[in-house]
Amino acid sequence: MKKSFKVKGIDCANCAAKLEEGISKLPGVEKATVSFMTEKLTLTAADDKFEEVLEAAKALTKKLEPDWEIVEK
Amino acid sequence: MNKYLVLAVVLVIYVAVGHKILRKAFRNIKNGQIFDENFLMVVATFGSLAMGEYEEAIMVMVLYRIGEYFQDKAVAKSRRSIADLMDIRPDYANIEGENGELQQVDPEDVEVGTVITIKPGERVPLDGVIEEGESRLDTAALTGESMPRTVEEGDEVYSGTINLNGLLKVKVTKPCSESTATRILELVEEAADNKGKAEKFITRFARYYTPIVCGLALAVAVIPSLVTGDWATWVHRALIFLVVSCPCALVISVPLSFFAGIGGASSKGVLIKGGNYLEALSKADTVVFDKTGTLTKGVFSVVAVHPEGITEEELLELAAIAESFSDHPISKSLADEYKRRTRKRVDKGRVESFEEFAGEGVVTIVDGKKLQCGNRRLMERVGVKWHDCHLHGTTVHIAIDGRYEGHIVIADVEKDDAKDAIKALKNQGVSRTVMLTGDKQDIASDVAADLGLDKYYAEMMPEDKVHKVEELIATKGEGKTVAFVGDGINDAPVLSRSDVGIAMGSMGSAAAVEAADIVLMNDKPSDVALAIRIAKKTMRIIYENIWFSIGIKVLVLILAAFGFANMWLAIFADVGVCMLAILNAMRALRIR
Repeated sequence: MKKSFKVKGIDCANCAAKLEEGISKLPGVEKATVSFMTEKLTLTAADDKFEEVLEAAKALTKKLEPDWEIVEK
Repeated sequence: MNKYLVLAVVLVIYVAVGHKILRKAFRNIKNGQIFDENFLMVVATFGSLAMGEYEEAIMVMVLYRIGEYFQDKAVAKSRRSIADLMDIRPDYANIEGENGELQQVDPEDVEVGTVITIKPGERVPLDGVIEEGESRLDTAALTGESMPRTVEEGDEVYSGTINLNGLLKVKVTKPCSESTATRILELVEEAADNKGKAEKFITRFARYYTPIVCGLALAVAVIPSLVTGDWATWVHRALIFLVVSCPCALVISVPLSFFAGIGGASSKGVLIKGGNYLEALSKADTVVFDKTGTLTKGVFSVVAVHPEGITEEELLELAAIAESFSDHPISKSLADEYKRRTRKRVDKGRVESFEEFAGEGVVTIVDGKKLQCGNRRLMERVGVKWHDCHLHGTTVHIAIDGRYEGHIVIADVEKDDAKDAIKALKNQGVSRTVMLTGDKQDIASDVAADLGLDKYYAEMMPEDKVHKVEELIATKGEGKTVAFVGDGINDAPVLSRSDVGIAMGSMGSAAAVEAADIVLMNDKPSDVALAIRIAKKTMRIIYENIWFSIGIKVLVLILAAFGFANMWLAIFADVGVCMLAILNAMRALRIR
């Protein structure tokens, strides 16, 4: 399943790249892209694991930068 | 005592200004991702503080924060202007309530088959067919075309266009999620996921760059100091090093340029699905066209009426009446041309009898006369002496009671801008323009010669087209690309095989939008040259920014190493350069 989310508060391209790299390395993630320009995360993962992966991604985002938040569009 | 008081005051101010940077830097260290611009700033200012350069430490922090503020503003503004450009999402649709009054509802809640009302001045919320009313539509948001399009009952309308002057009742044909406006928005937003090589390079670059600069700074601080013993000077120079070397200008301006280029292109009806395609398109040296529907209109029209003895109108009328009961496409072309020239409809009532010979033509009785109308085989069948036309295309011969009256030539005509399109491509430095077609040799050679194409290949099956494109890819210039332009019908394999697949979007054809890398919403071949121009401009801006930023930084680094640069210059090389790069990047949004 592929789904996209808004990443609130992302304010530099470097940080977007960092987040993209971090989320890509999470277990269960098939592909993740974070666009600094559109403030958007596109996440691809298996259907049955998706919620789990999304939670992990949200937790990682919080850890990297408490100001950022992944929200459903 | 006094000394400690000063230090205390300085520290309070320093923390007040820089707490955000400090927090971020320490959090990054905790997360094991040490090197970024926050870290550089903290080390530089700590260094200044330690050396007793209080003013400098505070000023660096203040200026850095001011710079950051303007950067955020600039980025937010560019995000907004790109978003405005693509603001085609409709807010509501009007549906008729039980008592005939209009209700505003969310377009997502409107089901296919519902009739919606679109008032003058409103945006068309969903794709549909006009049931009632006529108006003019402003399609600029979808196509960049400034001429309004006149629509009437039975015409399709597309979401995202604006209804200018008439009240329209439209039967919805697609759910909101599949409407033209939604698809375009998704496509452009997804474009940001397909990052260009330059963008990937910058991300990788930033990852190695900061640690390397930190290492260099450490070397500048330690090595000369051990030799000369002058620690103060060299540590100070090392701090300047750190401030200069923030990679901001690159990591922000490069993605911004790509996005601005894609946004600007979409405002002209050119949808580019990613920075990587923009990059590939900027290097196109070969453009391959499909013929029918791409360079030509794909509909048959009358190109010549050659009567013998009677007038052109008379000959056209005879042919149109004779063919009026046939459902062959030729019959429609004749009727259209008759209507265009005389503003009359074909009078079917005059046909007394009608007989069709498949693949040949028709024999009818009209006004008591035997009217024979068809190709050479029909003429031979009825024993009429006929002669060929010098024009290529489908020739319809007409005879009355066995006497030859002349012929009409029907052909697929070139699009109005096809000739200019090829010329414009040449001006953009495209060295090979090629046409592939399933059509006959003589027709292909006419079109190719008329348009000024370098090469053409006729009578090609779809798989031949793939092979030909592969051949062209094998012989392209070093570092160049091959673009294929098709109308999306039967072209999918070639579109995906070429380096850049460009589809004529013919607003609404989902297959074309899906298969291609770039979609031309206007169906104009000249937009290929426009797309290449946009791609080249964007890539030029990107490289300008890369070289400009790196150049200034390296220059200031060298000056700093030899003691010719102070902290002010360092701040300029960081924040100032970043601002300039952002302003330059925004130029990609503006397309003449």
